Amino acid sequence: MNIYLDLFLSFLKISLFTVGGGYAMIPFIQSTVLSKGWISPELLINFIGIAESTPGPFAVNISTFIGYNLGGFWGVICAILGLFLPPFLIIITIFYVGKKFSSNKIVKGIFVFLRPAVLALILSAFSSVAYATIMVSDGGTTYFNWFGVILMFASFISMRFFKKIHPIVFLFASAGLGLIFYGFVL
Amino acid sequence: MKLSFKNLIILSLTFLKIGALTFGGGYAMISIIEREATIKRKWLTSEEMLDIIAIAESTPGPIALNSATYVGAKVAGFLGAFVASISVMLPPIVIITLISSTLTKYFENPYVKWAFLGMRAGVAALILNAVINLGKFLKNEKRPAVYAVFFLSLTLGLLSVFHIISFDNIFIILGTIIFGIIYTFLESFINKRAKKVLTPNDKSDDLKNKNDLEKK
Repeated sequence: MNIYLDLFLSFLKISLFTVGGGYAMIPFIQSTVLSKGWISPELLINFIGIAESTPGPFAVNISTFIGYNLGGFWGVICAILGLFLPPFLIIITIFYVGKKFSSNKIVKGIFVFLRPAVLALILSAFSSVAYATIMVSDGGTTYFNWFGVILMFASFISMRFFKKIHPIVFLFASAGLGLIFYGFVL
Repeated sequence: MKLSFKNLIILSLTFLKIGALTFGGGYAMISIIEREATIKRKWLTSEEMLDIIAIAESTPGPIALNSATYVGAKVAGFLGAFVASISVMLPPIVIITLISSTLTKYFENPYVKWAFLGMRAGVAALILNAVINLGKFLKNEKRPAVYAVFFLSLTLGLLSVFHIISFDNIFIILGTIIFGIIYTFLESFINKRAKKVLTPNDKSDDLKNKNDLEKK
């Protein structure tokens, strides 16, 4: 399939099934991008890191990244168009047709179960990122990244402990510590 | 509000600013939109904003994009929705495109590699942090079916993530939606039945028998 059409349709699908915001999108991006072999899992994690630490909605950032990486400027346009269309059409429809959408009994009933399902999917996306942190594969060799394990737990505990500080600060801190440690200590 | 060129410009500038200056998307963005739309511009009342958040959360798509679309529609109809949602996306599209065209060349540079290897640990922590934040609703949850859905989805998600079985995540979402609809119908059906049994009439014996059969 043409890469532009593929990007458009893939992001259309991802957008349509992302309920509950940015993080809910990670498992769908992960499964789509990796099953199509578009980019490596490690590069995807890099993109997630940058998308979280740059301004704008996470979903728009990550879609732009993947779109640009695969098809340059027009790749971005196709990915963003796919991301944009379903929510735009749905919101416009709800705006003009039924404003009582979210207080509907069946919608509420669906969300009782959608919330735990999405949570479980984000948790499984976390496990794959955690695995890539613990076991790092670099040019055909895989090694145990014990510093990464310490850094992961230290960042997590800091995020839970200093809730007033934006989590991005810890993202930058972990990048800085990584540079110092892997570059100059190891 | 009156649809005018000036309004559209203000709407566009407001959402350009939100798109350019808000980190983290989603919920972080909602609080900024709320401040701009209800306090600064007085486009909406805070009740309307709450409705918008509820709708943005319960429809597909990024929350930031959903709420921008709805606020835009509220302010200036279809055109407003279009202008607001394009405006909120434009700054990150430009920024990320610039980053992509420069930074990706340096991904093979060892210093950049080390920094990103460190950041990987941070990304993992960030996602786990989001799971804990989003999972707060489980604290007051007593329905076993909710936990069943959680653990079943987790099992399937993990099997898929580690390539033990291969299937698309969307089937978990579709399955959950269907299950949610059936569960809601069954729940209200059983509740109605229970009420009927409590207020006996000439058919109550019949209903009781059926209820007993269901229990078995």
